[in-house]
Amino acid sequence: MSLSVVPAHVLQVGIAAAEGDGGFQAPGTADFYWPVFGGDSNWAITRPGLVMFSSVAILAWFFVTVAGKLTIVPNKRQWMAEQAYGFVRNTIARDVIGAKDFKPFIPLLFTLFTLILFNNVMGVLPFVQFPTFSRIAFPIVLTLIVYIVYHTVAIRRKHGVLPYLKSLVPSGLPGWLIPIMFVLEFLTYFFIRPLTLALRLFGNMLAGHLMLLVFILGGEYLLIHGSSLFIQFSGILGLAFGVVMTFFELLVQFLQAFIFTLLTALYISDAVAEHH
Amino acid sequence: MTGNITFLGYGLAAIGPGIGVGLIFAAYLNGVARQPEARGMLQTIAFTGMALTEALAILGLVFAFVFKG
Repeated sequence: MSLSVVPAHVLQVGIAAAEGDGGFQAPGTADFYWPVFGGDSNWAITRPGLVMFSSVAILAWFFVTVAGKLTIVPNKRQWMAEQAYGFVRNTIARDVIGAKDFKPFIPLLFTLFTLILFNNVMGVLPFVQFPTFSRIAFPIVLTLIVYIVYHTVAIRRKHGVLPYLKSLVPSGLPGWLIPIMFVLEFLTYFFIRPLTLALRLFGNMLAGHLMLLVFILGGEYLLIHGSSLFIQFSGILGLAFGVVMTFFELLVQFLQAFIFTLLTALYISDAVAEHH
Repeated sequence: MTGNITFLGYGLAAIGPGIGVGLIFAAYLNGVARQPEARGMLQTIAFTGMALTEALAILGLVFAFVFKG
């Protein structure tokens, strides 16, 4: 697949003079398909799949062993677990959903947050370096869970499907506005929200990792195949900027885990609200 | 020089959300500077607004890949 990204073209123009082995191959979406076992079949175990399995195992081991021996004076691991739990419980769940209804949703939100954060950080962890959520299937599954949860909660809270659909339209609107608002709100609740929830995580992880690939592979190519000292120096600059962007990626990865959980809490708070 | 026009289109489409996200965080900084105790509440609102604005840019990114072929 010959997907070209703009920075790669800039690079290609810069090294047009330097004849290499077929030129610079710009990184693309094909770099994200990486079967490990099972070859090209639909049931192949891919690299992101392996990362996901191991992350679930590691997270489960971490939290189960921490919860098994809680002490009043926490050790280092218990402190980390408590910080993460306190952050999700207080900053996300309680502040967004409200003190009355937030308790049943803490496990879901905490699981989402830790799983997404851990998998995102895998994107820059040396030797793993694959953000699981840059494959669209993983965000879709998480979003499906969230989608089912917030609709189910809303239907149960509003005592049926029809009252739920009615509650989508805010009260006190003039009559001619109601059908328009209903269509807009229906689209928002049933299509736009899950779509953007999945695509936001996927898009950020894909674009971020692609950007790192461009800087590091491009810098490496310029450094090794560059014909003059100036081009090789710009290769070093590219690599250095790749390091800077790696730290920026860490920030984005945390932010995306936070936003996904925050939006989940927000949708749930809409579902449990008495009025629209 | 070869390329794909969709990426130019995505670059143009990202201008609007970029300005929008900037405005949101400018307002957030202003709010926190005026009332530091409102930080927690403003943070949630700011990130929610950012997520909504950013959704447009992300739709653009996805459509750039969809319409590429």
